[in-house]
Amino acid sequence: MLEILENNWLLFLVGQYPHGPIGGLTMTLFMAATALALCFPFAIALALARLSPYRWLRLPATAIVHTVRGLPLIMFIFWTYFVSPLVIGRAIGGVETLIIALVVYEAAYLSEIIRAGIEGLPAGQVEAAKSLGLRYWPTTFKVVLPQALHNMLPSMVSQFVSTIKETSLGYVISAHEVTFAASQVNNVLLTQPFEVYGILALTYFVLCFALTSLARFIERRTSSGRGGAPGVIVAA
Amino acid sequence: MGYVFDLRGVLSGQYLDWFVIGVATTLALTCVAWCLAMAMGIILTLIRMIPLPPLGWFVALYVEYHRNVPLLVQILIWYFGVPSLLPRPARQWINAHHGEFLLAAIALGLASAAYIAEDIRSGIRSIPKAQYEAARSIGFGYLGAMGYVVLPQAMRIAIPPLINQTLLLFKNTSLAMAIGVGELTYRTREVESYTFKTFEAFAVATVIYLLISFGIMALGSYSDRRLKLETR
Repeated sequence: MLEILENNWLLFLVGQYPHGPIGGLTMTLFMAATALALCFPFAIALALARLSPYRWLRLPATAIVHTVRGLPLIMFIFWTYFVSPLVIGRAIGGVETLIIALVVYEAAYLSEIIRAGIEGLPAGQVEAAKSLGLRYWPTTFKVVLPQALHNMLPSMVSQFVSTIKETSLGYVISAHEVTFAASQVNNVLLTQPFEVYGILALTYFVLCFALTSLARFIERRTSSGRGGAPGVIVAA
Repeated sequence: MGYVFDLRGVLSGQYLDWFVIGVATTLALTCVAWCLAMAMGIILTLIRMIPLPPLGWFVALYVEYHRNVPLLVQILIWYFGVPSLLPRPARQWINAHHGEFLLAAIALGLASAAYIAEDIRSGIRSIPKAQYEAARSIGFGYLGAMGYVVLPQAMRIAIPPLINQTLLLFKNTSLAMAIGVGELTYRTREVESYTFKTFEAFAVATVIYLLISFGIMALGSYSDRRLKLETR
């Protein structure tokens, strides 16, 4: 197992980088971070639409969230793959496909987290903002969202972990990330699949477990550090 | 674009059969993995109740492994890795008996079990300790108190999250296509590559996935309403 790691650690870490496209764990982290960052505005918009008093905003947003929740991620990957040439006129690579599919998929899940964060705030916050004369947008962006997002930080880290795990689907469409790198190593070695995929699993485990522990740490800090704000611990 | 959307091409003859087989395989995989997940989840919960630290560590490690390693990687380990450790006759048997279905079901079931064990545990934790103490004080033993008083209430709380797990399990069966299990996604790609009717093929699969998912979601929200404990 150590020998495999010794001979292939660079492939696991950056893919074939100097001689080919960048890949490996670097690409996994890049895709996960990019997808989460890009989906953030959509997620906030969806969450606000779902909490909107207007039916014409609430219903489509609810439909979008339920539809995304009802489909496997792999369906979004294939749809992105087939539809994007029609939209931009040329085929796109595996990495772009995966990022776009992840943005759509994660936006729905993240919007549910944000919605729970907003709903978890005491109603007095909005009432106080209104009684100070603030309108909807200042109330949302200066009072509600900053507090909700602060309380949601642990769930956001968990969402980042889910996104990292979901980038492993790059294997299916040959996007150069770490699972794909492991399959390449396995195709060369042929005889030690358990060791190769064991290294891959261990890599993901160390990374994701560290982040999960970070999420738990933040959760303890935020729930104790805000003077025990009542009932704002968000369900993940 | 000059593209004519026509479902007849993919919903007739041989291709319709492929879709039917795909749906049947997806449902079968969901059912087999679900039963395994339930059994393993309950076993893990029982192990965790035994007050012996190493057993608790084992369950914690089991849960953390399955939650922090991507499901696809777990499937790849079961498909490529585990058979390579088995003796030759066992490997031959697996190859001869559609091993990919069985190994995918094991991978999906064991991963789901980790989440199910956590759901059951938080169900049990949400029952006030006084319930258990009251049961003991009127003469129930440990098993009686758990079996008649704590678990019935805990299951009531755990059922909605368990249905949500079922939905996730159903969606995750699509990952089994990566190791060649002929489930819905895999069959859809086959239909697509034979007919070149990309949009039709994937539209059919999407609608099927949505219909089944919405069914599970409806069951979830029904049970949520039905089983909510009246708190006074």
